[in-house]
Amino acid sequence: MKEAFIIGHNIVSPLGNTTAENFSSLLKNISSVKQHVNPGINEEPFYASLFDEGQFITNHEYTKFEQLLMASISKAVEQVDINLRNEKTLLIISTTKGNISLLETGPFNESMEQKISLNASAKKIASHFQLQHNPVVVSNACISGVLAILTALRFIHAGIYENVVVTGADVISKFVYSGFQSFQALSNGICKPFDKNRDGINLGEAAATIILSSHPKKEMDGETHAGNIKVLSGAVSNDANHISGPSRTGDELSWCITKSLHDANLSPADIDFISAHGTATLYNDEMESKAIASAQLSLPPVNSLKGYYGHTLGAAGLIESIISIESLTQNTVIPTMGFREMGVSNHIHIIDKIMHIPLQHCLKTASGFGGCNAAVIFSK
Amino acid sequence: MVKENYIISSCVIRNKTVVKNKKEIFALRTNEVSSFLLEVYHFLKIDYPKFYKMDNLCKLGFLTAEVLLKDENIATFLPEESAIVLTNTHSSLDADLKYFETTKTFASPGLFVYTLPNIVMGEICIRNHFKGENAFFVFEKFDAGFLEKYVAGLLNDKVNQLCICGWVDIFREDYTAVLFLTGKNKKDNSPVFSKASMENIFNNIR
Repeated sequence: MKEAFIIGHNIVSPLGNTTAENFSSLLKNISSVKQHVNPGINEEPFYASLFDEGQFITNHEYTKFEQLLMASISKAVEQVDINLRNEKTLLIISTTKGNISLLETGPFNESMEQKISLNASAKKIASHFQLQHNPVVVSNACISGVLAILTALRFIHAGIYENVVVTGADVISKFVYSGFQSFQALSNGICKPFDKNRDGINLGEAAATIILSSHPKKEMDGETHAGNIKVLSGAVSNDANHISGPSRTGDELSWCITKSLHDANLSPADIDFISAHGTATLYNDEMESKAIASAQLSLPPVNSLKGYYGHTLGAAGLIESIISIESLTQNTVIPTMGFREMGVSNHIHIIDKIMHIPLQHCLKTASGFGGCNAAVIFSK
Repeated sequence: MVKENYIISSCVIRNKTVVKNKKEIFALRTNEVSSFLLEVYHFLKIDYPKFYKMDNLCKLGFLTAEVLLKDENIATFLPEESAIVLTNTHSSLDADLKYFETTKTFASPGLFVYTLPNIVMGEICIRNHFKGENAFFVFEKFDAGFLEKYVAGLLNDKVNQLCICGWVDIFREDYTAVLFLTGKNKKDNSPVFSKASMENIFNNIR
């Protein structure tokens, strides 16, 4: 089985256009979630993490969604020495709603249908970067980003591809906002993951890219890069319980975590920190705490980054993975913005302050509509 | 070592016809898609009230999976051993347009939940107690080569015993569902799970 190394990554978010800019904002405890007045999205002012209205505007050639992906991919591929045109290179795109905001711009007709199509976006991006294969589009609700990484991992393990560029983005518009609002799932301030007073999510826009390769990154002198982080293992499960609410027990997410540990030959004690999904809804955070505790992971520090970025949907799993990878590199765990007082019934170690500790293995989890759960383990 | 896997059963629903293992089991001539799906539901004599709440993508996937799994002895497998990998081209556009209409008056949470293509897998999982691997991919057209690679990879893991995979696509009145029940154990005449055998069934080659 071939190993999968992370050789490049990027985050384009309202907090910055590189991973470094993003990580440094988190170290300074800066959130991009703020109050917006934008009647196009919602009549009342609302909290979200959005790009400035002048950034990434849909034009005749590329939609906002496509521009976000392209901006992030370009910055990530700059860091690596791989041939995108090689037949052993694949692009995977993660998104929940892609170009759906275009529905709000005019009548639905054939030309709009073509513009909205995820396949049309995938083709445009493939041709922009001169890729041989058509990109694979993952659309699996809020686990899309983690599932896209696992898809890449499986292809690299099996030796089917040598390099996989995994990218993801989502755009927040009236369509998505009104939907979460109709579920009464939105917070009226900055969200509070795992907190006693948590009252829902914030939505966020962003794009992120991770490049996986079966070849470790090399230093300039040809030596293997000391900071190489690997994706070790991961698993996906379904609650088989409810399409819009999480499992009552957390057993299915817990199963994902345990299977990931088993496949990586690790025990719970090997996990140094956990990057949770932590959306700050009552039910998600409660379920996650049960799953983490029943996987015997009550001790390691846990964070949720939703207070910094909001829920960036198809980008979330990628952004949170990249911040975790950067945490492993810098031996620094980012705290959970918005968390003050324990608000879940199972004891897990939610952190509210930066921790500088030696780190080797990180677990990242995600859960979403449709009852889906995912876990992935990163290691250095 | 990569072992061989098999297509235990297949079901195709398109052109107002339901086909199981290449044999037509139900056909209806004139009807629009919603009534056709309801007729198939009645034909299968299912009593599952949740069906009526589903959007058309979920109804189509649900019914195809019902036919696919009927008379197959899958109860011996654990929920965690049973996976689903689905693909289509329109994602959830059919539900997206219906939900978007409601945002002009009163946004409907009942419709919003169906604006994600993977919900159809959730419905199939709930009905059949599948708790294993899940993945939903969007392609321009049916890509048997991708499914072969992805699903063979899953079945190569010793936990995964069974996988429903294939194509479930609907947009307005156009629909096609082609599902394969794949696994490690061979049944009489089970074709080997491969790109070619999936394409044969997808393209209706007898």
